[in-house]
Amino acid sequence: MRSIRAAAVGAVTLSLALAASACGGGSSTGGGSNDSPKTLTYWASNQGASIEVDKKVLQPELDKFEKQYGIKVKLEVVPWSDLLNRILTATTSGQGPDVLNIGNTWSASLQATGALLPWDAKNFAKIGGKDRFVDSALGSTGVQGQDPAAVPLYSMAYALYYNKKIFADAGIAKPPATWDELVADGKKIQAKGKQVIGAEGANVSENIHHVFVFAKQHGADFFTADGKPDFTNDGVVAAVKQYVDLMAKDKVIPQGNAEYAQNQSVSDFAKGKTAMLLWQSASANLKSQGMSEDAYGIAPVPVRSGTPGTGTQVNSMVAGINMAVFKNSHNLDGATKFVKFMTSDDEQKILNKAYSSIPPVKSAQADPSFNTPANAVLKNTLATSAAALPQVAQESQFETTVGTAVKELFADAAAGRAVTTDSVKAKLEKAQQQMPAK
Amino acid sequence: MTTTTAVKETVGTTAPGAAPTPRRTGRLRRIGLPYLLLLPALLLELLVHLVPMVIGVVMSFKELTQFYIRDWGSAPWSGLGNYKVSVDFDAPVGEALLHSFFVTVGFTLLSVGLCWLIGTTAAIYMQDTFRGRGLLRALFLVPYALPVYTAVITWVFMFQHDNGLVNHVLHDQLHLTDKPSFWLIGDNSFVALLVVSVWKGWPFAFLIIMAGLQNIPRELYEAAALDGAGMWQQIRRITLPSLRPVNQVLVLVLFLWTFNDFNTPYVLFGRAAPEAADLISVHIYQASFVTWNFGTGSAMSVLLLLFLLVVTGAYLLLTSRGRRTSDV
Repeated sequence: MRSIRAAAVGAVTLSLALAASACGGGSSTGGGSNDSPKTLTYWASNQGASIEVDKKVLQPELDKFEKQYGIKVKLEVVPWSDLLNRILTATTSGQGPDVLNIGNTWSASLQATGALLPWDAKNFAKIGGKDRFVDSALGSTGVQGQDPAAVPLYSMAYALYYNKKIFADAGIAKPPATWDELVADGKKIQAKGKQVIGAEGANVSENIHHVFVFAKQHGADFFTADGKPDFTNDGVVAAVKQYVDLMAKDKVIPQGNAEYAQNQSVSDFAKGKTAMLLWQSASANLKSQGMSEDAYGIAPVPVRSGTPGTGTQVNSMVAGINMAVFKNSHNLDGATKFVKFMTSDDEQKILNKAYSSIPPVKSAQADPSFNTPANAVLKNTLATSAAALPQVAQESQFETTVGTAVKELFADAAAGRAVTTDSVKAKLEKAQQQMPAK
Repeated sequence: MTTTTAVKETVGTTAPGAAPTPRRTGRLRRIGLPYLLLLPALLLELLVHLVPMVIGVVMSFKELTQFYIRDWGSAPWSGLGNYKVSVDFDAPVGEALLHSFFVTVGFTLLSVGLCWLIGTTAAIYMQDTFRGRGLLRALFLVPYALPVYTAVITWVFMFQHDNGLVNHVLHDQLHLTDKPSFWLIGDNSFVALLVVSVWKGWPFAFLIIMAGLQNIPRELYEAAALDGAGMWQQIRRITLPSLRPVNQVLVLVLFLWTFNDFNTPYVLFGRAAPEAADLISVHIYQASFVTWNFGTGSAMSVLLLLFLLVVTGAYLLLTSRGRRTSDV
């Protein structure tokens, strides 16, 4: 009898405990505070060859910060495949990090959620003012006319990486400056039994970066001036077709690349299988895969004709990483201090060197170490011929729908199916219809 | 102590006027105890399954887009708006959902059918003792025991166009195809998905049927053999009818698992699955997480839940009715 009573009491207690814990939790949706001034949580994006590399690069700097300000920073390096989902989850639950890195193309989408601290004049003053940053980088921090949702941390741009030896063997004197030249060079390279240029056909984001630039070169945009999706205008259709035609018609992108999504094209280039690669700030990545810096050259991404510049001569997106503060942070002051520290001249030099990116901070960019030939191309591209991806709230959806459409077109091309203006337009129309109504 | 008073009160209400005798209290306590012991499990079930489900249903009636996820209490109610979008099969969102649904149904039927067939065949052959039977049994269970991610990533490598083992065997060695095929994009992706799903699922069928076979008395087979029944007749007249209750549960479980399988397609194809292999679980994930429209995603999930409830209910009704008549 006693054991039955004990079991009953145990069962009731456990039930009550469960009921109580079920009531707990829930999201706190209020603003931030300064309740815990001694610690910060920081989600860093994966910038180096691996997460371990990132930890090695960042930890000494975080220790420095702790010494100067007495605030301990708990670091977590989040892989790219998880980062956006983690941010969304943190936004929904209100339980997130204090400071985080975001891909700069997500700025406007995340800005719309209201989860990030707006960088108004007052907040910018705390980190030395808006003027410290390069204009092109500031152009990718949120919807124009609103306070930025983040501040630029690392800047990157696309460049054409080419294998010097393959070029020499094929008798090509200089890297192609136009797409026609690239296709012509491709014939010579194929004659030597090598693949011409790599692409990540199944990587939705990579596809977007490229078709965005092609659209610019056709004088077209994916969104109207008032921010409505406009995926089926003639310029956009021609641009997407031109990109996919590099595989379908010109045969310079190998068919096998249609299923690449895990940076296999970088490995192919590092191994000397392909002669060219369009990539952003690839130096550190190539080095980690054992390709020596002398083995490859870096040139601006080709344009349709002429030289890179603004308007239809754009040849890269403004790529990069922004740093944002989570509005729900319990250490808002500390978070701002940390952003100030990370965007200081010294840290900018150290970090951007480690990641072979370009500092978006003007005074740090002047450092001679960012004047190597490789960095000069990237710096010049950013300064003269890079454009920011659409800064609209639906950017993230645009990446998915249009990026998937391009992936499917590559799959068609790989299967030997014809890629026509009509088939491109049909896919883009479907993508546009899937965009949210507002 | 609380329990005793509670019981007394209950007795008081059910039988007004009658003074509770100690004997009756004791009986009630005995009857109540199993329920009491089930209470923690019930609450856990509520917490782990029912609460999220109810929240999901609530979400499906809200316009939960990126503008409201931070404080989703403030998201406006959209009534049946999300459902209308999901089932408007003339518009692209509904059309894509319907396509994904048909792909999933076809995939599930094929996968469950093959899993069951291979599992049953293997189990029947493994009934007789022979050298190496234990080893083979263990080997057969390996796909089921491997972690899903590891196994499916290995398949991704094998299905690669340029360096994959599948193309190496089919094209380079056996010369079955004119040129290397794509397995992870385009129409072949359905085949790739089916192969991995069956590979992963049949050992479970094998395991369950093997257990079921142990319960069939040997004498039945011996008697049948004496009467001149061949192997086929033995399988048809003895094995399959005896396995009926086992199969009833097995097929249902396989169906539900396969229909809802998220890991296999997601690891194989990533966040944008090819149209030919656009399973509904990944499709809904994409509708909510990738386009940040959790309201529509939830509405699609609720529709899926309703469909599975109807199918499961109908299945149980049909099979149990069949059993009742056979029992008579």
